[in-house]
Amino acid sequence: MTFDEQYFDIGRLDRLSYRETCVHRLDPRAKVIAVMLFLLTVISFPKYEIVALAPFFLFPVLLLTVGEIPVRFIIKKIIVVSPFAIFIGIFNPLLDARTFAVIPGFVVSAGWVSFFSILLKFTLTISAALLLIATTSFPGVCHALRRLGFPALFVSQLLFLYRYLFVLMEEAMRIIRARDMRSFGSRGTGRKVFVRIIGILFLRTVDRAERIYYAMLSRGFQGDIPSLKRSRMALTDLAFLSMMIAYLSIFRFFPVTEGIGRVAQELLG
Amino acid sequence: MSHHIVEFKDVSFCYPDGTEALKGINFRITHGESVGVVGANGAGKSTLLQHMNGYLMPTSGTVTIGDLSLTKRTRREIRKKVGIVFQNPDDQLFMPTVFDDVAFGPLNLGMDEASVRERVCEALNRVNSLALQDKPPHHLSCGQKSAVAIASVMAMEPDILAMDEPAANLDPKSRRSLIVLLKTFRHSKIIASHDLDLILDVCERCIVIGDGVVVADGPSAEILSNRTLLEENSLELPLSLQRR
Repeated sequence: MTFDEQYFDIGRLDRLSYRETCVHRLDPRAKVIAVMLFLLTVISFPKYEIVALAPFFLFPVLLLTVGEIPVRFIIKKIIVVSPFAIFIGIFNPLLDARTFAVIPGFVVSAGWVSFFSILLKFTLTISAALLLIATTSFPGVCHALRRLGFPALFVSQLLFLYRYLFVLMEEAMRIIRARDMRSFGSRGTGRKVFVRIIGILFLRTVDRAERIYYAMLSRGFQGDIPSLKRSRMALTDLAFLSMMIAYLSIFRFFPVTEGIGRVAQELLG
Repeated sequence: MSHHIVEFKDVSFCYPDGTEALKGINFRITHGESVGVVGANGAGKSTLLQHMNGYLMPTSGTVTIGDLSLTKRTRREIRKKVGIVFQNPDDQLFMPTVFDDVAFGPLNLGMDEASVRERVCEALNRVNSLALQDKPPHHLSCGQKSAVAIASVMAMEPDILAMDEPAANLDPKSRRSLIVLLKTFRHSKIIASHDLDLILDVCERCIVIGDGVVVADGPSAEILSNRTLLEENSLELPLSLQRR
């Protein structure tokens, strides 16, 4: 069991990107732009919005089904990071206790509505980001960013983060295991030792960085990580992007869900 | 062809903290030779390898690779000629996928896409790892990593191949296939290792380094069977030459 499998399982997320579906085949740049627009649209909604957010689930659900990504896996990942969102919104119901709506039977305060809205936005954005990686792979996203004109320094940092995160974490785990084997009870596990461990880890990382840099120089590194042009923007990519823009603007600027509700009410009434 | 030579003339090197790692090293390696560099821990093997492509510059003396003598200006040119494989493949494979990693060198040489792809496939094929091309390095086993690390250097088609402990951390089977692989390379090879059996198998010549100087230089079969010489340098007879 390596560190990766135990905690993040980014490896599995990556392996999902080896599949061949029409979502996987889209140009990474098109997907990156689409997801960015999606994120911007979702977070641009006002604080108390719930109903209008509902149609935006269409995008992740489509990616999930067409891309043949297992739903459970994505839901699990969302739950793992959910505490961040929950802690951001948890005090809203206490701080913002104004009455927002009265559903027959009980009163809904504004705080609960905004809390729920935060959770919805969080689920939408995180699932979109996870699905982007699951259908494109992390390096694919990085190369797409580079080709979209993001600074070389930024993109190479991301690539190195992805490559060395696990190496570093496993190193830390080895040091901690070595400490635990020779410390008995509370002795040796105190703060002083911990600070020194962090120091050692830092020194080892600096050493490693130097060796990596040497390896890069040996292979002709000149400041920018080169990458092959793997794909071209095809007609399908442009079609995908324009559909995405149309979908996002319709549901952002027209109250479609409300409209549907009204029509349904009239039909029933 | 006689231009793939490596020549060290009176090379000394002193680390910034004052440690004298090399104290006047002299040798000349000609085209197509494979040479093992052996010696105790801290004898200066790794320091010596780091001079081969200008990561370290000699404090005094000259290093000549082919017809270029090593200076800050010729360093880039020399790096194209000498490929170094490091001891720890994790340090060498820094790109997110095997393909990207092997393509890194050729792309930096300014090659066009089609030839980069061709080079990468050829290099990976040579180390029997073509199937791994889309994998991220952290999903590979140690043996696979070291094969890919070799491919990443081979893809630059260097004239001279230098390796630091190529068989460290390999299981016996991977080690054996590495030896078979190394024997197929027609490059000049310089291998620093404690694995004396590997040196005996792969290299016809052997240089013993002790305390920053060349202690012995000659045919591997001769040097690696000289018990007293080896034991004076914290080494021992290769297992295949030991009688029980």
